[in-house]
Amino acid sequence: MAATGQVKDFTATMGWARGGRSSLRSTNLIRIGLLLGMGIGWEALSRSGLLFRDVVPSLFSIWAAIWKLVMNPAFYANLQVTAWEIFASLAIGGGLGVAVGIILGANRFLGAAYEPYVYYLAPTPRIIFFPVMIMWFGVGVASKIALGALSCFFTVALSTAGGMREIDKVLIRVGRSFRATPWQMAMKIYLPAMRVPVLNGIRLGFGTATVTALLAETKLSNQGLGFMIMQIYSRFDMPSLYGLLIIVFILAGVGNLILGKATGTSA
Amino acid sequence: MASPSFSQSRAFPILLGASTFIGAFVALEVLLRYGVVNKYVVPLPSQVLMSLERIVVEENIVGRMRDTAWEMFVSCIAVIVLGVPMGALLYRWQPLRRALLDWVAALAAAPLVLAFPLFLVIFGRSATTVIVMSVITGLAPIVIKTTEGLLGVRSVLINVGRSLKMTDAQMLRMILLPAALPVIFSGIRLSWTFVLISVVGIEFLINLGGLGQLINDLAERYDLPGTYGAIGFVILVSVIFFMLLERVESWLRPAR
Repeated sequence: MAATGQVKDFTATMGWARGGRSSLRSTNLIRIGLLLGMGIGWEALSRSGLLFRDVVPSLFSIWAAIWKLVMNPAFYANLQVTAWEIFASLAIGGGLGVAVGIILGANRFLGAAYEPYVYYLAPTPRIIFFPVMIMWFGVGVASKIALGALSCFFTVALSTAGGMREIDKVLIRVGRSFRATPWQMAMKIYLPAMRVPVLNGIRLGFGTATVTALLAETKLSNQGLGFMIMQIYSRFDMPSLYGLLIIVFILAGVGNLILGKATGTSA
Repeated sequence: MASPSFSQSRAFPILLGASTFIGAFVALEVLLRYGVVNKYVVPLPSQVLMSLERIVVEENIVGRMRDTAWEMFVSCIAVIVLGVPMGALLYRWQPLRRALLDWVAALAAAPLVLAFPLFLVIFGRSATTVIVMSVITGLAPIVIKTTEGLLGVRSVLINVGRSLKMTDAQMLRMILLPAALPVIFSGIRLSWTFVLISVVGIEFLINLGGLGQLINDLAERYDLPGTYGAIGFVILVSVIFFMLLERVESWLRPAR
């Protein structure tokens, strides 16, 4: 997920700056054309009989499945569980990540001693820790929260430490000249000055926490959207599987967009 | 001029980091031996270390590593073969770039790996599922970084190519791609990291193939030292892979 930030930063700089209203119109036309083309191609493939019909279900049946899902109270119960897991993961992992990031970023010596461990552990596949989390926290919601927290910790810590190092030294000297306590320095100088990197880290952490919590639910759970996906998969209800995946992608995208707007880095 | 004291040298923080790491394991060993931490939840670090030999000998780690390495190799080649031309295409046609680049960026952030049950239905419980899923997961960063790299090529180089009346293919092969290589490799590094996470993650989730399945197998047998040892082994492999990629990237950077 670390890539997402770089990816978004780049696309944000591309924007519409170079084009006017006409280029915006042509861009939208291309997008609509592509969507229509893909939709018609999908429907034609579905009706052609070339592939097993359930593997490529009709768009109409997928739409009907989405409608059925959003009208189903069980969907909202599972959504609530997943949302809680992601929120708690972000609160725990993000909170710890900010604290550790501030320490590593503020102290060059501690940063040199411990940051390489955080840096090199960050891109490891976190889902493999799931058996450990099950042993520690059981098969319920707690193990998913712990795994989600572990996932987003590294991203938030690295982003915060990086942001901490980029704080204007003048601001720090002003704080010290006023004899600010460490707590005052953190609350009045450091945190306001690195709002953007911290929020950016939290946005990236949201992505990793979401993926990890959902994957953990698919592995071993009895509630949540990941569990629902595996239930639908075991029934071989392909339109509903496509429908639920589309809903999950949209929800993750909306969450990412909201956090992106907060940081001012959304594409 | 006096040499810096040991506490000011670059080696001291590294030593401190390593000794903290070792100290934490020793402390855990003591806590476990005195029963402060439950042995049925956390195994003794010494047992975990000893389990590594057993994992290598009894669990066919070479074969499992070969399976994972093969899936990684195919996926990594596929993301380059598909991603670089896609990036070049987006660079070449500006309207297409404007229409699609945001979508590609959204794909990079989407939890695509969650679609693995869909691919289980299409390709079955096979290495193909792992590879296809990993390619899809790793494609977006390389497409975006290729476009970024090509857009960042200095106009003077492009003008030199034009003055030599190079064709589009010659321009791409002789000027654009070599000049954009450091940025493209940065995309390759990101993509391959995504691929590694995806390959091991999906192996674990669908209980198939190499290192990911090993962790699952050992956890299902409730072999605590083995599970922890296998997780440590996968972390070690990931870290080495990531460090190698970084080394190649830093080697390419001065060429810019």
